[in-house]
Amino acid sequence: MIPRAVFDEARLVLVCGSGGTGKTTTAAGAGLAAAREGRRVLVITVDPARRLAQALGLGDSVRNDEHDVDDQAVRASGGCLTVTMLDTKAGWDDLVRRHAPDAASAERVLSNGLYANITSRFVNSHDYIAMERLHDLGRDDRFDLVVVDTPPSRNALDLLDAPRRMREFFSGRLLRWLTLPYRSRALTLASKPFLQIADRLLGARFLSQVAEFFSLLHAMEPGFVRRAADVEATLTKPATRCIVVTAPEPASATEAEFLVAELARRDMHAALVVANKVVPAPRVAHGALAAGGSPWDAIATIVESQQQIASRHAATIARLATMPVPLVVVPRVSAGVGDGGAASGLEAVVAALTASDSPDTNGAGSVSGFDPGD
Amino acid sequence: MPTGASASAADTGGLFGRRLLFVTGKGGTGKTSVAAAIALAASRTGRRVLLVEMDAKGSLAAMLGTAHTGYDPVVVAPNLSVMSMDTESSLREYLRIHLRIPFMARLAPLAGVFDFVADAAPGVKEILGVGKVAWEVREQAWDLVVVDSEASGHVVSQIASPRVINRLVAGGPLASQTKWMLDILEDPARTGVVVVSTTEELAVTETVSLVDRLRSETGTGLAAVVVNRADTPIDPEITGLVATLDEGGLDADHRGALVVVREAIARAEEARGALADLTVVAGSASVIVIPDLATSDPDEASVVRSIADVLAPSSDTEPM
Repeated sequence: MIPRAVFDEARLVLVCGSGGTGKTTTAAGAGLAAAREGRRVLVITVDPARRLAQALGLGDSVRNDEHDVDDQAVRASGGCLTVTMLDTKAGWDDLVRRHAPDAASAERVLSNGLYANITSRFVNSHDYIAMERLHDLGRDDRFDLVVVDTPPSRNALDLLDAPRRMREFFSGRLLRWLTLPYRSRALTLASKPFLQIADRLLGARFLSQVAEFFSLLHAMEPGFVRRAADVEATLTKPATRCIVVTAPEPASATEAEFLVAELARRDMHAALVVANKVVPAPRVAHGALAAGGSPWDAIATIVESQQQIASRHAATIARLATMPVPLVVVPRVSAGVGDGGAASGLEAVVAALTASDSPDTNGAGSVSGFDPGD
Repeated sequence: MPTGASASAADTGGLFGRRLLFVTGKGGTGKTSVAAAIALAASRTGRRVLLVEMDAKGSLAAMLGTAHTGYDPVVVAPNLSVMSMDTESSLREYLRIHLRIPFMARLAPLAGVFDFVADAAPGVKEILGVGKVAWEVREQAWDLVVVDSEASGHVVSQIASPRVINRLVAGGPLASQTKWMLDILEDPARTGVVVVSTTEELAVTETVSLVDRLRSETGTGLAAVVVNRADTPIDPEITGLVATLDEGGLDADHRGALVVVREAIARAEEARGALADLTVVAGSASVIVIPDLATSDPDEASVVRSIADVLAPSSDTEPM
């Protein structure tokens, strides 16, 4: 069973992939599958579609709070499933309050004119907050498995690099230079042409605003650096597994191949590739509808176009199957069923993850085994 | 460098008549493929086109069948060149051209500093990207510059960056540079944004909020909404006939076909609703539908070619 193989030894599962591949549904589905096996699971999600939130039993108002998902099979197994969403702004505020040496410093940071601007626009601002949450959860024994739906970032690997970048940034000479008193900074400036350029480009007023902000942040440095290093170490532990999610389209497969290679390069453990929304081949023999008259001629055209999409997907699946990571294929769910497919999408992921056939013998062959339309 | 005069061939809603197009959309909508296809289709009409990859992931190279793309444009097809944005190279070029600071070996630590500038100073990284693109438009080496922008949210920061910089860095040389950029970016005749969507719930929602943000935070107009991988509409007559078909006497193949068709009808119905929403959002901008049956070939380059065929058929017939 795949969840056992992937999750039994796992404490942390990172679900990565480019946007639009069904990453959030996959993370929720993986969490649900594990919870039904008796695990105590927390799923951290970013911003699920309204219908997925409803499928999980979450209201519209849920933000950073934790919500327990009520599922009969989870209850029966003795497991539990909790879902929480990541709120970047609240996360930063929280971080500042916790690490500031005193309440007054915290307030000064929070009211700094650049603070909101910088934290909301900070490249990878989301990723830092996700990392901080992970750090906290590492010592939370209410859960024995945490599944993270990685934030939408320009590069799916930004999240993984966030702790290192944060550590480097906070211990780097730039921050030190920026936080020097102005006079000694001017001296340094004269000796460093690139800093001179920064001053000339950005203007002294802007730079001093930035400097004030960072000197406030600087006071929190030891905490930041220590935590970032902790999270960085957690990422390569054997108990941390990654699921790479992809769509059955060529461009998405290229991205998945890149991700798997990058994870290996970082000594991280890619446990599974999940191909979502795969269109199954029509169960119609070639030529069976020929010369059928109305409406079968029109129907044959529709079947033909579905056949084309299905064979494109099958070829992409065959390509994904050549990677050294087990592949799970999730068929596209039918449109217009009940809630519009969100709950069925979730169950499709659970079903594919818990299918009893070996994950190593999948690939193109298994696509034809799907029941079209269900 | 490509040469050749622009021809008045098939156009797509005035899209190719502009000088600068930012193509964006939610991740997974096929934004990069559509950007490449727009550039390819425009180049087929005789326009000299530059395609700019903003996030430098290198995915355009595979789509256009070239080994590598870099900061210097590479010719990949007649009239079509591709470059990958590299903000550090852009900064060096900017310093050389605008501030007359020559390239210096002593600028080597720039990379380290650059992370700070990019991370901490709002808009700096964005303006180096958007500035380079606007510069290419201003220099008039191209008839059309197509930008494969970063996904949704970020494109607003990018296009709005000259305004942001203007506010934050009042008086600096960077501030005075923003005027000519804004002239280009905020001229609807020259510049437009193309938002790529699918008919999926999340993509539609994100398209709606992106268009709102574009209108409220930037002065750049919406040029088109591209609905990618759209389910094919089903003739209502077929829908009616399918509903009345009696499954009883059918063999397995015909029952299998019915399953497929009912699914297609349901999807087409959902897609119709999404398309209606997207049409409202587009307002006066054009809505371009790319059907999801273009190819069974799992090759990125052929996906791009089929989309380009929808945008500008090689035969120069009616485009849409």
